[in-house]
Amino acid sequence: MPTLIDRAGTVEDRWSPLGAEVVGASGAAAAGPESHLILSLEQWTYHGEALLASGAKVGIRLEPSEGPETIAPLLDRISLVAVNFPSFTDGRGYSIARLLRQRYGWTGELRAVGDILRDQMFYLSRCGFDTFELKDGETVPEALAAFGDFTEAYQEAVDRGPLFRRRPGEPSAPGIDGSPTIDESRTPEARTAIGGPIGVGESNGPSASIAVR
Amino acid sequence: MYIYDEVDQALVEERVAQFRDQTRRFIDGRLSEDNFRPLRLQNGLYIQKHAPMLRVAIPYGLLASRQLRKLSEIASKYDRGYGHFSTRQNMQFNWPALERVPDILAELATVQMHAIQTSGNCIRNITTDQFAGVAPDELTDPLVWAELMRQWSTFHPEFAFLPRKFKIAISGSREDRAAVLVHDIGLLALSNEAGETGFKVIVGGGLGRTPMVGHVINEFVAWPHLLSYLEAILRVYNRYGRRDNKYKARIKILVKDRSPAVFAQEVQAEWEHLRDGPSTVTEAELERIRGRFTRPAYRTLPVTDAYIDTMLAAEPGFARWVERNVHPHRVAGYRSVTLSLKKTGVPPGDVTAGQMLAIADLADDYSFGELRVTHEQNLVFADVETGRLYALWQSLRGLGLATPNIGLLTNIISCPGGDFCSLANAVSIPVADAISRRFDDLDYLYDIGDIDINISGCINACGHHHVGHIGILGVDKAGEEWYQITVGGRQGNDARIGRIIGRAVARDEVAEVVSRLIDVYLERRDESHERFIDVVDRLGLEPFKERVYAHLD
Repeated sequence: MPTLIDRAGTVEDRWSPLGAEVVGASGAAAAGPESHLILSLEQWTYHGEALLASGAKVGIRLEPSEGPETIAPLLDRISLVAVNFPSFTDGRGYSIARLLRQRYGWTGELRAVGDILRDQMFYLSRCGFDTFELKDGETVPEALAAFGDFTEAYQEAVDRGPLFRRRPGEPSAPGIDGSPTIDESRTPEARTAIGGPIGVGESNGPSASIAVR
Repeated sequence: MYIYDEVDQALVEERVAQFRDQTRRFIDGRLSEDNFRPLRLQNGLYIQKHAPMLRVAIPYGLLASRQLRKLSEIASKYDRGYGHFSTRQNMQFNWPALERVPDILAELATVQMHAIQTSGNCIRNITTDQFAGVAPDELTDPLVWAELMRQWSTFHPEFAFLPRKFKIAISGSREDRAAVLVHDIGLLALSNEAGETGFKVIVGGGLGRTPMVGHVINEFVAWPHLLSYLEAILRVYNRYGRRDNKYKARIKILVKDRSPAVFAQEVQAEWEHLRDGPSTVTEAELERIRGRFTRPAYRTLPVTDAYIDTMLAAEPGFARWVERNVHPHRVAGYRSVTLSLKKTGVPPGDVTAGQMLAIADLADDYSFGELRVTHEQNLVFADVETGRLYALWQSLRGLGLATPNIGLLTNIISCPGGDFCSLANAVSIPVADAISRRFDDLDYLYDIGDIDINISGCINACGHHHVGHIGILGVDKAGEEWYQITVGGRQGNDARIGRIIGRAVARDEVAEVVSRLIDVYLERRDESHERFIDVVDRLGLEPFKERVYAHLD
C-alpha cells in the first residue's frame, strides 16, 4: 500500500481506483455519495456519467500520453486529477501538471502516482502537484525533507514566478507581477484563432492565480 | 566573468548536499543503480570503462584563472594529474572515485563551479562563440543571453526528464562560431528593421546517429520573448518527443516526423499562451546580469605596435603563430589568442595539472585573469595587448601551447575514444596522433592550409566528425576497429553533413587515407588560395574516392 503525502505529512487516502467490485455485470457502477473513485480515461467514458449521477466523487488518472486537453471540459465535474509516472524518467507528467494548473485552471487535488521517489519532490511540487503517492521503500520524513532540497528557483512554474520578477525593487511589466499566472489574458477568440487546444473549458479559469502551496 | 550572487551560490551548494545524499544512498544500497543513474548523470557523472568520468560545467566556455587553479588542484588530488577539455566547452576528469565525487563538487562550489546538467536527458551546458564579447563582428554579447538561459534552464522543474539530452548554442556574431545549425536549438542574434535585437531560431540540428542540419522555425524572436519561446519549444518536445526508442528521441526526429513547418506551428500555438507572460525578459534583468559580468579595464592603445611589427619580420616562427593563433579584437590595441592544445603527441584537449597552473598565471598576467574553452578543444586568452604578444608567445612555447596550427590539419578535434569511453567502438586519440605525426612538417601544413579533421570513436559523434572537412568515425566490425571516412562536412553559417566516401578502412590505414585525400587536393587546386573544402565542392567526391580506394584495394 503506497503512502500518500502532501507537503505537510502523511494524509489519509479516501480515494480508491475503480475496480470490478463497483462495476456490476450490467456495467452500472454500484456507488454512492460516500464513494471516491479514480477512473482511467477509458473507464470515464463508460462509467463516468453514471458514477456522477450516483453522487460519487470522481477522479481521473491520466497516463503521460493523455494530454490535459482531453479532460479540460470535465474539470468542473471531477474532484481529483492523478497523473501517472510509469517511470520517474518519463517527464511528460510535469508538463501535464503545469498545463492543468496554469492553462486549464485546475485548483483541485493534483496527485502524482507511479514511480514517485523523493528525488522528484521538488520538481513535482513546483509543477503543481500537491499530493504524492510514494513508491514503496520511500520514507515520509525523507520525502518531506526533499521538498526543501532547494531554497530558491530561477524560473517560473506553478509555485512562484521567475526570480527576476521577485527581486526587491524589480519593476514589473504592465500586467505582470511575480506571481505565476493562469493563462486567461488570451481571449477565447484569440485562442481559437491560433488553433488552441480543443475543448478548452473556459469556465474553469479562476480569476485569481493559484496560491503558493 | 559572471559573478554569482547569493542565490546562485546557495543553489550550487544545495545541489552538492542533495547529490551527497544520493551518492550515500547508492553506496548503502538504498538507491538502485537504475534510479541512481539519471540522478548522477544530471551531475555529470558517468560510469566508464576504468572509473567514473566526471564532467564539470564551464558555462559558455568562460573560465576564471582561480577556477582553473581549482581544476588543477582537483586533477592532482582526485585524478591522475590531468583533465580533458571536451567539445562542449566542459572539462572531464577520467579517474575520480565515486565516493569522492561529492567532495569534488563541494570544492567546485567554492569557486562558483558545478557539474549540474552536464549530462542526462535535460538541458545541457549552453555553448557559444569563444570570442564572445570581443569579436569585431558581434551584434550582441552572447554571454549575457547565455547566462540568462543558464539560470532559466538550471533545475527547470518541467524539463528535467526530457526524452533525450538537449543542447542549446547561441551566436551573437555574423559569422557563426558556435555551430548553431547542429544543435537541438541554435540561436543566431540579429536585428530587425526597427533595430531591435532578436534571434533566429533553428531547431532539430545535431550530429550523432542521425546527423542533420537544423531548420529555421522562426526568423525573428524579439529578445524579451526568448525564454517564453524556448519554453514553448521544450514543452512541445517534452510532450511529444519519442520515448520508446532512445535513438529516435532527439528533437530532430520529432521535427522531421512532424515536418519543420508543422512543428513550427505547434510551437507557435503553444507560445501564444506563454508570450507576454511572467517569463518575459525585462530590461532590468538583462542589466542586472550584464552588471554581474566583470569587464576588462582596457587601456587606450594604438592600433599597431612597432615592436611587434619588428618581431614579426625578424621571427618567422612568431609570425606564423600570429597568422594562425592570433585573432582580431573589437578594441584597438588588443588581440585574442588561441592556446593550442593540439601539440603532436598529446591527446587533443588534454592538459596537465601543471599546465593548468601555468595557464592560470599567464591569464592573470596577460588577459585579465580570464580564459575561454573552445568547442575545438583549445583555450583562448580573449584580451591580450598587441604589444605583449611576443612575450606571451615565448611563454606559451615553453609550455608547449604555442603550436601554430589553428585551422590547420593538425588542429584535430577528437573525442576521448575507446581508450577511455565505454560507448566507443574504436580508439580516437591514437588515430589523431598517427595523422598528426604524418603531417608534422609545418611548411607542409601551411601549404595545405585551412582544413578541419574531426574524429569520433562512435556514432554518438562527440568529435563532431560529420562537420569535419574530413570526418573519421570509429565503427565496430565483428569486434575489430574500423574507420568510416566522410568528406565535405563543415561547420559555420553554411554547415553541412559530410558524405561517406566508401567502405571503412583499418586503423593503420587512416593516416594514409588522409594523406591521399590531401594529395588529390594539392594536385587539383587551381590556385594556392583554393581551400580543401572548395576543391571538394568543385570536383565532387569522385576523384577523392578513386585515389583512396584504388590503392587500398
